[in-house]
Amino acid sequence: MTLAADRALLLTEHHEEEHGPSGVLKWITSTDHKVIGKSYTITSLVFFCLAGLMAMVIRTQLASPDATLVNQHLYNELFTMHGSLMLYLFAGPFAFGGLANFIVPLQCGAPDMAFPRLNALSYWLYLGGGLIMIGGFLTVGGAADFGWVAYAPLSNAVNTPGAGPDMWIVAVALTGFSAIFTGVNIAATVFYLRAPGLTMFRLPIFTWNMLVTGILILIAFPVLTAAIVMLWCDRHIGSHIYTVSGGGVPVLWQNLFWFFGHPEVYILALPYFGIVTDVLATFSRKPVFGYRGMVFATISIAALSTSVWAHHMFTTGTALLPFFSLMTYLIAVPTGVKFFNWIGTMWRGSITFETPMLYAVGFLIVFLFGGVTGILLASPPLDFAVHDTYFVVAHFHEVLFGSAVFGGFAGLYYWYPKFTGRMTREALGKASFWFMFVGFWVTFLPQYLLGLHGMPRRIAEYSAATGWLTLNRLSTAGAYLLFLSVALTMVNLLVSWFKPVASGDNPWDAQTLEWATSSPPPHHNFFWIPPIRSERPLWDYNHPDHTKLHQGNGHAPERAPALVGSSSVRIIQPGPGGSGDETGGTDR
Amino acid sequence: MKVEAYVLLAIGVFFGIVCALYWFLSYETSGTLMLLGTMLLGLCPGSYYFWWSRRMKPRPEDNPNAERADGAGVVATFPSSSIWPFVLGVGAASIALSLVIGFWTASVGFVLAGAAVLGVVRESRRGGAV
Repeated sequence: MTLAADRALLLTEHHEEEHGPSGVLKWITSTDHKVIGKSYTITSLVFFCLAGLMAMVIRTQLASPDATLVNQHLYNELFTMHGSLMLYLFAGPFAFGGLANFIVPLQCGAPDMAFPRLNALSYWLYLGGGLIMIGGFLTVGGAADFGWVAYAPLSNAVNTPGAGPDMWIVAVALTGFSAIFTGVNIAATVFYLRAPGLTMFRLPIFTWNMLVTGILILIAFPVLTAAIVMLWCDRHIGSHIYTVSGGGVPVLWQNLFWFFGHPEVYILALPYFGIVTDVLATFSRKPVFGYRGMVFATISIAALSTSVWAHHMFTTGTALLPFFSLMTYLIAVPTGVKFFNWIGTMWRGSITFETPMLYAVGFLIVFLFGGVTGILLASPPLDFAVHDTYFVVAHFHEVLFGSAVFGGFAGLYYWYPKFTGRMTREALGKASFWFMFVGFWVTFLPQYLLGLHGMPRRIAEYSAATGWLTLNRLSTAGAYLLFLSVALTMVNLLVSWFKPVASGDNPWDAQTLEWATSSPPPHHNFFWIPPIRSERPLWDYNHPDHTKLHQGNGHAPERAPALVGSSSVRIIQPGPGGSGDETGGTDR
Repeated sequence: MKVEAYVLLAIGVFFGIVCALYWFLSYETSGTLMLLGTMLLGLCPGSYYFWWSRRMKPRPEDNPNAERADGAGVVATFPSSSIWPFVLGVGAASIALSLVIGFWTASVGFVLAGAAVLGVVRESRRGGAV
């Protein structure tokens, strides 16, 4: 692993110091996107671990027939909270609150997010919502137990009474607002705070995907918030929006929920597509193959994902089958373009397999498998047969685990040096990857078969006569491997933090702007920015003699970048000949 | 500014088409209305950006040959730290929680949220910290 250009010697005439409070007060009052991003990352990882533990209880229960580890009611609470924590509090916020918050301003060359105080408010609403959701377990009736989709009429005051479900409703509303604010913030940052020369079609793919995700959040989350307010009204002030008795329509809930829910699935996937794209390009030491194709594929996936919501409702008999089936099939096209480009990015590159790259390649394989079964499910006749069975459970776990955990861990390992200035331990990371990769298949492949054998979702026990025992045992064994893998990664993060190995600014010889600043970045991010003439400005700067491939935007490559500019910051940068020549940069 | 406008306008146009298609195939109201809303979400900001992009000079970040010096100067004013988002967050959570455990928490929530709104405004005027 080569270290790119040495850190430039900074001769700052005045440089911006942070004059804020320290300690806990700093954590509470900071509006710095890096502090908020770290808070988001840590909080969402805590929720991830809690939800993972619930999954372990669920799998342990299912490892034996007629099991009595937990009773039916607690089992319902566990799978509801497992889903809710993973989807509302981990997969989304980890991407758009944690990684994006930290990385998007850096990749744009911006000093902060566009609205720093709104950003802080997002975090506090998210934390408040998360604590309220978990707090449901402390109520007399227990936590919400109607599944993370809260279908009417199961979610009304008669079928699921009590404070726990109400706390769930309130929590989803709060985290919904938090997500909306973050979406606004990301879009405004990308639109208004890019560095000079960083045109839209030079943004790293991660930032592009986060922009599209932000817009998707603005499309989807307001619908959820509105639906959930109406659900509360139904439960408490007798509004009968989702009840037949009062003239309402229960299936309206499904329409509203899935109009949020399906874009949400892509809100959870697109950021991780972006991470994987950046990681593959960095570790293949090549520009992204088909850059514009990637961007258009992202936009098409986002657009199509908002027109397929009723494919979750085929069996209700109220969905327009041909329309939603066709639209769902169409999503395979831009996703296929993405896969083609990912493989093209790696093709004939100088690939090395550090931990982030392993996770990224692992993502390609597992997500492909989950995606292909999604295409099967888009066919109404097949969906009628396996709806609400473990086939569907296996499908969405492969997709979501593939993106949020494989993709998420790729991002976590990739950017950990940027977050902390420390390297993670390679051996632990690789061990974690292989346990996860094996555990993943052992957990979820048997679930497909269980689904085809007719095992329904959300059952707390089954009789030995069904013949589901062996496959369930296998799946549980795989789940324990996944637990081990995640534990290894958590240990890795802690060990790397407490026994630091300095990473330097650009340990991966990466290509994009976030690696141009120090690790961790200073207050307001940049003392200096390389000239931006392509979508990988840092690579151009660090490798001026590198024969450049066509970079997707048609501009002739420049040799030996000229450093011009006037500002308060003066730096000395060793030139390509090795002699130090004094140059200036802007302090944007 | 043009690319930003085109992205949003494309969203508007796409959902306009899908909305029309969906309505005439299904006559289902809730989905059509949501698609209509999504179309407006693309068209409203998109046309505003488009209108502006034709009236303003390209910004340094829109110019592929911009020098870094073009972006020199004050980018924007960023608060260094502020207690008010935390206060507002606690206030909002208290107001939300009042829907579950009774309306007394709302009174605490409204006091905190009101204080936070005043605090943010005051802070923005004098540009202070904490």
